[in-house]
Amino acid sequence: MIETTTKNEAAVRQEELLGIDNLNVSFHTRRGVVKAVRNLRLNIKEGETLALVGESGCGKSVTAHAITRLVPMPPGVIESGIIRFRGTDLLKLPDKEMRALRGSKISMIFQEPMTSLNPVFTVGSQIAEVFITHEKLGKKEAFAKAVELLDLVKIPDPGKRALSYPHQLSGGMRQRVMIAMSLASPEPGLMIADEPTTALDVTIQAQILQLLTELKARVGMALLLITHDMGVVAETADRVAVMYAGHKVEEAAVEELFANPRHPYTLGLLKCQPSAPSNRGANRLSSIEGSVPDLLTLKEGCPFANRCENVKKECLSSFPEITRISENHEFSCHNPVTGSGDPR
Amino acid sequence: MSNNQTNNIIEEELIPPAEPGFWKESWYQLTRNRAAMAGLIVIAIFALLAVFAPLAAPKDPLEQTISARMTAPFTDGYILGTDDLGRDLLSRIIYGGRISLIIGIVSVGISLVTGTILGMAAGYFGGWVDRIIMRIIDIMLAFPYILLTIVIVAILGPSLMNAMIAIGISQMPRYARVIRASVIAEREQDYVLAERSLGTNNVELMFRTILPNTLAPTMVQATLGVGEAILSSAGLSFLGLGAQPPTPEWGLMIASSKQFITSAWWIVTLPGLAILVTVLGFNLLGDGLRDILDPRLRD
Amino acid sequence: MLKFILKRLVLLIPTLLGVVTLVFFMIALAPGDPARVMLGERANAEQLAQLRSELGLDQPLSKQYLLYISRIIRGDLGKSIVTQQKIIDELSDRLPATIELAITATIFASILGIVLGVTAARRRNSWVDYSTMTGSLVGVSMPVFWLALVLIMIFSIGFDLLPTGGRMDVRLYFKPITNYYLIDGIIMWFREGNSDYFISALKHIILPTVALGTIPLAIIARTTRSSMLEVLKQDYVKTARAAGVPEGKVVFRYALRNALLPVVTVIGIQFGMLLSGAILTETIFAWPGIGKWIYHSIGARDFPAVQGGILFISFFFVIINLVVDLLYSVINPRIRLK
Repeated sequence: MIETTTKNEAAVRQEELLGIDNLNVSFHTRRGVVKAVRNLRLNIKEGETLALVGESGCGKSVTAHAITRLVPMPPGVIESGIIRFRGTDLLKLPDKEMRALRGSKISMIFQEPMTSLNPVFTVGSQIAEVFITHEKLGKKEAFAKAVELLDLVKIPDPGKRALSYPHQLSGGMRQRVMIAMSLASPEPGLMIADEPTTALDVTIQAQILQLLTELKARVGMALLLITHDMGVVAETADRVAVMYAGHKVEEAAVEELFANPRHPYTLGLLKCQPSAPSNRGANRLSSIEGSVPDLLTLKEGCPFANRCENVKKECLSSFPEITRISENHEFSCHNPVTGSGDPR
Repeated sequence: MSNNQTNNIIEEELIPPAEPGFWKESWYQLTRNRAAMAGLIVIAIFALLAVFAPLAAPKDPLEQTISARMTAPFTDGYILGTDDLGRDLLSRIIYGGRISLIIGIVSVGISLVTGTILGMAAGYFGGWVDRIIMRIIDIMLAFPYILLTIVIVAILGPSLMNAMIAIGISQMPRYARVIRASVIAEREQDYVLAERSLGTNNVELMFRTILPNTLAPTMVQATLGVGEAILSSAGLSFLGLGAQPPTPEWGLMIASSKQFITSAWWIVTLPGLAILVTVLGFNLLGDGLRDILDPRLRD
Repeated sequence: MLKFILKRLVLLIPTLLGVVTLVFFMIALAPGDPARVMLGERANAEQLAQLRSELGLDQPLSKQYLLYISRIIRGDLGKSIVTQQKIIDELSDRLPATIELAITATIFASILGIVLGVTAARRRNSWVDYSTMTGSLVGVSMPVFWLALVLIMIFSIGFDLLPTGGRMDVRLYFKPITNYYLIDGIIMWFREGNSDYFISALKHIILPTVALGTIPLAIIARTTRSSMLEVLKQDYVKTARAAGVPEGKVVFRYALRNALLPVVTVIGIQFGMLLSGAILTETIFAWPGIGKWIYHSIGARDFPAVQGGILFISFFFVIINLVVDLLYSVINPRIRLK
């Protein structure tokens, strides 16, 4: 039956599923080196939903690609870091073993369902491909399982739909197909969803998110949800990490973050939400002054300094150390927002 | 003979209107492209030799020295040898370069002018003008390019000049299409509407305002077109439909000496090599131009 | 889908009509008196008059045009001045030779071109990539007939490996079955256990194939490479990788099928061009096809023959282009299932 619970604390186990330490990813372009991810430390427990938020270009997508080792390696370089998946360092894994993990224990869905599906193959055969790759099933068997999955993601008339081509389906349905593809494993450990609903209509967004949470609970997998929409975060996540210009600036359990944001950027993000109290009855939505810095010309110090209301002298010279205020809440700021700034 | 026809049909590109510094920036990028620069150098050498042929060529290309016929290269002072009538091959090749330059300029000139007028008219006026012009173009393109040139030369009579006209007309459709596409993209732009509101008349609007912004893809097409014109002319000469003896046109030189491939390989090989290097130069430059004008939009 | 096909077929008619008209004007506008040109200086007035009325030259232009169209529809392309045979017969006799060469050259160019293009795309900026790209540029920069002559100089005369011309060793006499010598050679091999025919046919077709196929090879390689590069950048390739599909399969099954779509069009167009552009190559290799026949007709000033030959080939060209278009819409599911 369809349940409306969006939090599944019971399903969150305590073991670490994914642990990222000291990750640095850069891109060597013709115009210079872009440090897309800097000194990232992040972890995800089995069964939990971690949301990774930030504006475009903050490095959240690159992080996701680094986990699956899909960062295009000519311009991209993983300068340092460890990505532990159930104990194994993914960055040191030989290609073959990494491939075995992709699509089975670690799967990924992308933002644009139209371009993410191969236009010349039926959706059924694309899902079946995952079975053929990982479970060595025959074509017919694999296709049958694909149909089962289409049913699982609530696509009507799955038998017929499996024979359709991507361009014959709507955006919402295509995203469901993507989700189906990522579930084609008996025990997926981590699903990474890179802005899964950004390209969809608002009404479909809600459906897809609900589908994701249900399936997640059913299968017992963890979800790394990448988004820039705090509303989505509130609905689906257990914990949140906020990124800005490649750095993680704050991380907390969802309620804690919304109730007690400490980093000025986080506060700014929360205030920007159309549903925020500060926006109630206002004529204009509040927004954060200024724009994201050019990653090519980033200097030392906190990258948010030029837009920050709380900026101090130290902010320009050094990136702040991590401050932990509780087991579930940490942030990096020289001059954090005081605890009483509750945007809710 | 027609090599880039397919490429062009598939890759018709549009570019944004020229911004200040667009040309400077393009030139800078071009110099960074080694292949294009190589092509430019080849073309420069070719052009210089062509223009200063009388100074560069050691002998008269038409002068026959029967006693010295079929001399091998590097013998008796003939650097590239002589042909079956005792004419110095080096001089003939250099003068042939001059003829090829003329062929390139005239043929491309004809296609450019006619293609621009038709493409402009079609793109700008639209409606039935567009439809009629496109129909003509489609019929011309339905013809295999080589056969079209043959047909036109057959109508006009075999001579080098007519060959150039035939080539010019046969290549016209491509320019027309490229220009038309550009015009259609540009005509709704703000700067055009602004000019129109000032009361500029149609002709001025077309040629003074819009045309400069269609230059980029046209330049690519023209550069590649010169190479193709040279190849086409060579082919027509081979069929006896282009340059007539004793003109030192490269294609004709190959054609009239094919019976000597066993006895005097240089008469056949060297003019062809001249064609290859020259056309390669234009292709390199044309490719380079296309590269800098297109991926700029992507990166 | 059917409507689409029908629409294109209907559009075929005005195009063909345009082609016929253009060719008609070839004779009509040619300067001078065609009759005199054809019969030469020594013809007397009576012969000239007879030829003129035979050719319908004494009629007004519009009537000539209609006459011409009606003859074309009936498949009558007239008679060759030189051989006095029906042109349509001469052309049909020579068609298999031209087709055989065109097909062989296309297959050669396609297979090699696709392999090179894919390899170049996968190993971007490697020496394979650079040499493929350079080789392609060189390939489209040389005159076909020059390449043919150079090949003959090297392989026939220099190394005496391959014959200089013709389709088959003249000493081997046999009665053609399909008129496609490679196929006939295989049939003879089976039937009589004699591989000489096949080997001879093969040897004779190699050089013309390479000469004719070089330009298409270059174009196909370039198109495949750029198409492949485009496709490899696409999101759906990333999806396949994210699903753990092995890289080889990603390239050859997932990427290639998309990348080949424009390549198929190019191959089709190239085939059409080979069919129509083989005049020079056939002549040099004394390949008894339509191209060589047109060449000699040009030299002999056999106007009806040239006209008929050009018309014949142009028809094929137009039809092949149409087939290519339709083929593309069939193999691309996005168009097929709108």
